[in-house]
Order: sequence, then C-alpha cells, then structure tokens
Amino acid sequence: MPAIVSLRDVTKRYTRGKQSVEVLHALNLEIQAGEFVALMGPSGSGKTTLLNLIGGLDTATSGEVTVAGVRIDNLSGGQLAKWRSRHVGFVFQFYNLLPQLSAERNVELPLLLTSLSAAQRKKNVQTALAIVGLTDRATHKPAELSGGQAQRVAIARALVSDPTLLVCDEPTGDLDRATADEILGLLQYLNREQGKTIVMVTHDPKAAEFASHQLYLDKGKLVDQSTKAVA
Amino acid sequence: MKFLPLIWAALWRKKARTIFTLLSILIAFLLFGMLQGVNAAFSATIDRANVNRLMVTSSTAFTESLPYSFMAQIAQVPGVALVSHQSWFGTYYQDPKNFVFSFAADPAGLIKLYPEVHLPSEQLDAWVRTRTGAVIGSDLAKQYGWKIGDRVPLHSVIWTKAGGSSDWTFDIVGIYTTPDNPGRGNRFFFNYSYFDEARAFDKGRVGWYVVQVRDPRASAEIAAAIDKLSANSTDETETKTEKEFQQSFLKQIGDINFIVTRILFAVFFALLFATGSSLMQSVRERVPELAVLKTVGFTDGAVLWLVLAESLLLCVLAAVLGLAAAAALFPALKETIGVVTLPPVVIVEGVVIAVLLALATGLLPAWRARQLNIVDALAGR
Repeated sequence: MPAIVSLRDVTKRYTRGKQSVEVLHALNLEIQAGEFVALMGPSGSGKTTLLNLIGGLDTATSGEVTVAGVRIDNLSGGQLAKWRSRHVGFVFQFYNLLPQLSAERNVELPLLLTSLSAAQRKKNVQTALAIVGLTDRATHKPAELSGGQAQRVAIARALVSDPTLLVCDEPTGDLDRATADEILGLLQYLNREQGKTIVMVTHDPKAAEFASHQLYLDKGKLVDQSTKAVA
Repeated sequence: MKFLPLIWAALWRKKARTIFTLLSILIAFLLFGMLQGVNAAFSATIDRANVNRLMVTSSTAFTESLPYSFMAQIAQVPGVALVSHQSWFGTYYQDPKNFVFSFAADPAGLIKLYPEVHLPSEQLDAWVRTRTGAVIGSDLAKQYGWKIGDRVPLHSVIWTKAGGSSDWTFDIVGIYTTPDNPGRGNRFFFNYSYFDEARAFDKGRVGWYVVQVRDPRASAEIAAAIDKLSANSTDETETKTEKEFQQSFLKQIGDINFIVTRILFAVFFALLFATGSSLMQSVRERVPELAVLKTVGFTDGAVLWLVLAESLLLCVLAAVLGLAAAAALFPALKETIGVVTLPPVVIVEGVVIAVLLALATGLLPAWRARQLNIVDALAGR
C-alpha cells in the first residue's frame, strides 16, 4: 500500500520568549493508506505536535512532510487551509463544536467551503450523522448533547467532506470508559469499513488497542514501533 | 448567503450583549435621523429660497421695524420689479402652546411676490375687500379645523390694540396651498391695513420689505442701491437675498448644522468605542471556535470577512431600525419645522455611516481573528 503520510527528517522547534525548544528531532515516519495508527507517549513527548504537522495545522521547522501526495511543508497558509478542507478531518478531545450552532450546522461547516448546493450539503450532513448514529439529534445544540454524542457530532463533521485522513487528538480523553469504547469502536468501523486512514493521539493503552498500529514517541523521537495484527 | 446562519448565530452567541449593543447603535441612529432630518429640512428651506427675491430689514436687528414710506422709494430703485412688506405678529390660539406663525401683509403684493402660494382669485378678492380678513395655509386649517367663514380670535404676545387688548379677531376668507413646498402650509396672513389702524404703537412702520428683482444677476447692485437710500438715517437697512436672509434667520436660532454635526460626532465617537469593545470581547471569547473554523479549512481571509460581516450585520441592522424609528417619529416635528417626512438623503447618509462604523469597529477584531494561530488558539495560549 502507498504511504499516505511521509515525514523525512522533520524537526520542529518552538520559540517561547527567549527560549527555543526542539520538540521533534529529525523524525522519519511513514503511515500507509488504510492504517489506524495510535500515537502514544508521555506528556511533552511531541505527540500533538506531530499530529499537527500531519494535519497541516502547523509547519515543520525543517524536513519534508508529504500527506496524500502533497508536500504540505511547502504550502502557504491559504493553500494549506484549502488542502486541509479537502484531505483532513479533525477530532479533538473537547469536541470543539460551535455552541451556538445545532449538530447539523456544526457538521455542515466544512461543506460551506465547497460549491455544493444547500440540498447536497443537507444530504451529506444527514449521511454523516447517520454514520455516527445521531440522525435524531440533528437539530440539538452541543449543550443539549452528552459528551459521547458531542464527540460523534465532531466525528461526523470530520467525515462529512469525505477526507483522506482522520486526525484525532485524544478523542476519548474527556469520556468515561463505556462511551470511550463506543467512540473508539466507531473510529475502528470507519477505518475498517469505510477505509479511512486514522492517526490518533492517546495516552490510554486501552484506546490504543483499537488501532492497527501503535507508535511511541519519547522526547521528540520515535523510540519503538510495534505492529498489531488487525483483529 | 450560505454563511448567513453562521454569522447570525455568532452574532447572537451572547444575546444580552448583542441586544444592548444593538440598542445603543439603534438609539444613536434614531438621534442621527431626527437631528440630521431637522438639519436637512432647514437646508432645504434655504435651497428653496427664491433667487429673484431680496429681503430688506433693519440693519440694527431683524426685529426692528422700518418706515412704511420706504416702500415707494424702494420701488423706484432701478431693477426692482415689485416690492411688498410683512410684519411679524407673534400670536397663539387659545393657549400659549398653540403658537401660530402669523404675519400682517399686503394681500396683492404677497400673492404676486410668492407665486408658489396658490390662492383662488375669488379668495384673494375677498381678502382684499375684508378689512379683518385672513388667509391661512391648508395645514393650519387642518390643524385647528378652521374653514372659510370662521371668525378666529388670536392673542398677540407683542401687539396691543389701541384699547389695550391683545386679543385680535380675524375672519378666514381664504385657504392657500403650497404644493411645491409643503412645509409652508402653516402660516396665517392678514391685512396690514387692519393691523396698522388697530395697533397701539409703531404705526406707519413695517417689519421688513420683500423685493422682486428683474434680473437676479444684478441682486448685489440692487441691494446696495436699496441700502444707500437709508444710509446715515435712523432706519438704516440691510438687504440680502432670500437665501442669505434664511441662513441668517436660522443662525439666530443657532448654527443648526454646527450643533447637529458636533452632537452626532460625539455620539458616534462614543459608539465607536462601545461597539468596538463589544466586538473585540466577542472575538476574544470565540478564539477556540475561530480556530476550529480555520482547522476545517477557512482561510485567514475568510475568517476576517466573517467577523467583519458580523460587524456589518449588527451596525446596518441597528441603523436601519433606528432610521425607521426616526422616520416614524419625524412627522411629530411637523409643527416645529414644517416637514412631514424624513428626507431620503438622511436615510442614505445613515446607511453609509453605519457601514463605515461597522468597518471601523470591526476591522481590529477581524484582524485579530485573521492573525489567530490555530495551534496556539486550540491550546488556549
């Protein structure tokens, strides 16, 4: 299978005030299309930074980042925004839904940037909500949803534009075990049945077990990589 | 249009704040509509002034009277086509709050000098024939329900009769209209001859003269020639075009334009900070949400325009509501300024100012939203 994510000698350095901190050190990584990768490691190891580079939310200080066949480290801010809208769906720990919008309006957000008609957008939104099992909560606002439901809406928003890659940052970090397992089961379904490539950052070894591969990051370097057979 | 629900929802994220901001803008534009409307009405009065007419008043003060004998001398000045006179009467009907714009005038001269005043010829004849006759504007007739044949008592705050009474009685013999200038339909004109015979003092004098010139291009020379007639006398005159006269008359009330401009400047200056800080606060509270928009693919420019659009929607909506309220309330000023509708130019000016206000107050928060770094914003930094 072709590599959908490819990082070559990627370094990321942050400057905070007078201090410069290197978070990722000459990192190399390849993720194949159709994989469900769990990215684990201690706090401050650079997991979220790596995820942000893969998702095009941040740019590398040096090195090459190629995702879905595009060298995204060369793109301008505007090009990167357009690229994200086409290729990446994001799921965050705290859902990051817009509180004033209903579930369906939240899911529709990425589609506002497309040329789809209102009817087509509505149809796609309904499909995405049906996939996550929330058709009956479409008109509810985030405050009227449980944590698990809100995260499902966030997943529907990530899915709605049919992206190449799903990027999830601690998607179950704010949920109880049972709800977390539901969400992870949903991600696993999207990976196995819908063929979505997923990169997920997690602290939770149980969550990582839902992935097909686990990567371990420590002090900005991949220190170990074990492959887990797909169940 | 597809972004409208997103913009609208963002605007109403904090309902109380949006309502108070909207109300403050609405009230500012209500004030703008009323004040600028009055200003525009006064300007229109000046603009409508006839270029063929000169006003001759006392150089000492507008309220000082002039000898009646000047009329014949003014009529002899080369270039003068017609001359007539009026005198300010200053009266109310039944109650001091029922003020009536009343003038003693020469019937034939008034109608000839003011072709914009439409009075049927039989009513003019009746006015000339009737010593106590008066003609009134159609608005005044409507206001008090007066009609031809009515006998109307007016109380003058200036003029007493020879017997000491300040109550004067007039017979309504005509009702004039001014189709081209609806604001002038509230005047009350009566015979100067009756006024001069009956009054207790200042007999043989008039308030001011109105002169029609043959060629308006010669107005300055004719005005100088008229003033020369009374030079070095106790009744020196000052002759102006009707436009200059209207301007100086309005300046006696105050420089309306100056006052209105300064008040509105202060109001909008305060509004700039109030609305600006409200929008800035709104953007500060929504940093993670704006970062999410950028995450899903909204460009920096798109986010800037979304925030600016919020500002535009808020300011223009509030301005339109405020101007609509001003338009609804404006007829209440009819008795004071004689205009019944808010001039359309004021509404256009108001909307333009609302757009400028939106841009001025929205630009800084919009720029801040544009500059948001996604990673920092999502991390709460």
